[in-house]
Amino acid sequence: MISIKNLSKVFKTKDQTVNAVDDVSIDIPKGEIFGVIGYSGAGKSTFIRLINRLEDPSEGEIILDDQDIAALKKEPLRKKRQKIGMIFQHFNLLWSRTVFENIAFPLEIAGVQKNDREEKVQELIELVGLKGRENSYPSQLSGGQKQRVGIARALANDPTVLLCDEATSALDPETTDDILDLLVSINEKLNLTIILITHEMHVIQKVCHRVAVMEQGQVVEQGEVLNVFVKPQSKTTKRFVQQLSPLEHQIDRLDEFITDDEQSEVVKLHFIGNNAKRALISEVSKQLDVAINILQGSISPTQEGAYGTLYVEIKGERT
Amino acid sequence: MFNDIFPNVQMDQMWVATYETFYMTIISVIGTFILGILLGLLLYLTNRGNLWQNSIINSITASVVNVFRAIPFIILILLLFPFTDFLVGTIRGPNAALPALIIGAAPFYARLVEIALKEVDKGVIEAAQAMGAKAHTIIFKVLLPESMPALISGITVTAIALISYTAMAGVIGAGGLGDLAYMQGFQRRNFDVVFLCTIFIVVIVFIFQFLGDWSSRKVDHR
Ligand SMILES: Nc1ncnc2c1ncn2[C@@H]1O[C@H](COP(=O)(O)OP(=O)(O)OP(=O)(O)O)[C@@H](O)[C@H]1O
Ligand SMILES: [Mg+2]
Repeated sequence: MISIKNLSKVFKTKDQTVNAVDDVSIDIPKGEIFGVIGYSGAGKSTFIRLINRLEDPSEGEIILDDQDIAALKKEPLRKKRQKIGMIFQHFNLLWSRTVFENIAFPLEIAGVQKNDREEKVQELIELVGLKGRENSYPSQLSGGQKQRVGIARALANDPTVLLCDEATSALDPETTDDILDLLVSINEKLNLTIILITHEMHVIQKVCHRVAVMEQGQVVEQGEVLNVFVKPQSKTTKRFVQQLSPLEHQIDRLDEFITDDEQSEVVKLHFIGNNAKRALISEVSKQLDVAINILQGSISPTQEGAYGTLYVEIKGERT
Repeated sequence: MFNDIFPNVQMDQMWVATYETFYMTIISVIGTFILGILLGLLLYLTNRGNLWQNSIINSITASVVNVFRAIPFIILILLLFPFTDFLVGTIRGPNAALPALIIGAAPFYARLVEIALKEVDKGVIEAAQAMGAKAHTIIFKVLLPESMPALISGITVTAIALISYTAMAGVIGAGGLGDLAYMQGFQRRNFDVVFLCTIFIVVIVFIFQFLGDWSSRKVDHR
C-alpha cells in the first residue's frame, strides 16, 4: 500500500516558480498497476521522481509500508531506495557492464554475496526472457531487450513497488506491447505494485487497473480505468479517451447517416466487461420489434475486461 | 655503416638514456594518473548539481589547477628545486625530475578528467542513486568505468606531453635522452647524437600513442 498525501513540488528558478506537482493525493493498494497520464509538462516525471526522492518534495507525505519516504534521512532513504525499483525511458544501463553485470549492480549495492548474486541474476534473466544474452553489452541489444535488462535490474532486490517513467516511449508499438505484457505478467507473478507514467492512453488501457489524469501538476481525475473511459469528466481526459477510438471525434460525420425520421433515434452504447460479449443488438431487436442500424463501433481490451462503444440508430414505434 | 652515419654515438649511453626516459615517463604517468583523477573528481563532484556540490572547494581546486597549468614547465622545475631536494634528497638524476613532472602534468590531466566525467550520462548516475548506491559506489562503479575510454585517451595525450617534459628536464641534469642530446650532442657539436636521440624519442612517443589507442578501444563497449 502506498499512500500519497498532499504532495507538492515547487521549482524556483531565477525568473519563475513552477508548481510542477500541486497537492496530489493518491492511494495505491498492493498489487495494483496504477497509471498516471498527462500531456508534456503536466508534472508526471516530477511526480514519479518524488516517490523515490530523486526530487525532494516541497510538501506532503509518501507513506510506503508505514514509512514516510518524504521524511527519511539520507542513510535510511538509501536503504529504502533498494526496495523501490525504477525503469527509465532511455533505459540508463551502464554501457561498461554486460547484461549480467548490469543486473548484478543493484545486488552489489545491497551487499549481496557473490554466489547468491549469480543465482539471483540467472533467475531474473530467465524471468525477463534474456537467456543466452548475459554476456552481451547493452550496445549489442535492441531497445526492447535493453528495457528487459532495465526491468530485471529494477527487480533485483525484490522491491515492493516498481516505478516506470515513460518506460515504453522510446520503443516501437510492437515492442511496447511486449514490454507491457512482461510488466503485467510480473505484476501477476510477484503481486508487485507498479506505478507507471505515460502520455499514451493505449498503455493505460492495456495494463492499468486505475488511472490518474494530470494537468498542470494537479490530478484532475482518477479512478478505475473503465469508469474513466466511459465517463470522462475533464476535457483533458476526453481528449485522451479519443486517442483510443480515433473515429470518435468524427461523430459529426454520422449526421449524414441519420434519417430525419420521427421514429428513429441515434444512441451511443458502452459495453463494459463481459457485457461486451453478449449478442445484445439481436436480442433487443427481437424482443422490442425495432430495426437497428449500426453506424460505428469499436472495442478495446483492458485489464478489467473489454470496453466498447457502438453508435446505433434505432427505428421503431415510439411508446 | 652505422658508425659512418653516427660516428659519435655510444650505444651503451643511448640505452641507459632510453631506460631513464622510460623510467621517468612511466613513473610520472602513474603519479599523474592518480593525482589527476583525484583532482578531476574533486573538480567534477563539487561542481553545481553534482554529488558533493560545494562552490568554495570547487573554486579553490580550480584556481590551484589553473595556476599550476599556467606555469611553464621549465620554470616549474626551478621553482620546485627546494621541494625536490627535500623530497628526493637530490636535485640530479631521473628521480629528481619526478615531482616537477607530476606536479606539472597532473593539473592538465585533471581538466581532461573533469571533461571526461562530464560526459557520463546523467541518467545512469541517477539510476544508481535510485538503486540506493553510496557515493563511493557511484564514483568507482559508475563514474570511472563509464568514462574510462576518455580517461585513457586523456592520459595518453598527457603521457606524450610528459615525454617532452622529460627531455626538457634533461637540461637540468635529470638524465634520459634529452640530457644526452643536450650534453653529449648539442654542447659538443655532435649533431648525430642529437639526431639519434630524436629518433628514439619519436619511437617512444609512437609506442605510448599506440598503447593508449589500443587500450582505449579495448575498454570501449559503447
Ligand atoms: N529541475 C527543474 N527545474 C525547474 N523546473 C522544472 C524542473 N524539472 C521540471 N520542471 C518543470 O516542471 C514541470 C513539469 O515537468 P515534468 O518533467 O514533470 O513534466 P512531464 O509531465 O514529465 O512532461 P514530459 O511528458 O514532457 O516528460 C515543467 O513545467 C517543467 O518545466
Ligand atoms: Mg517526463
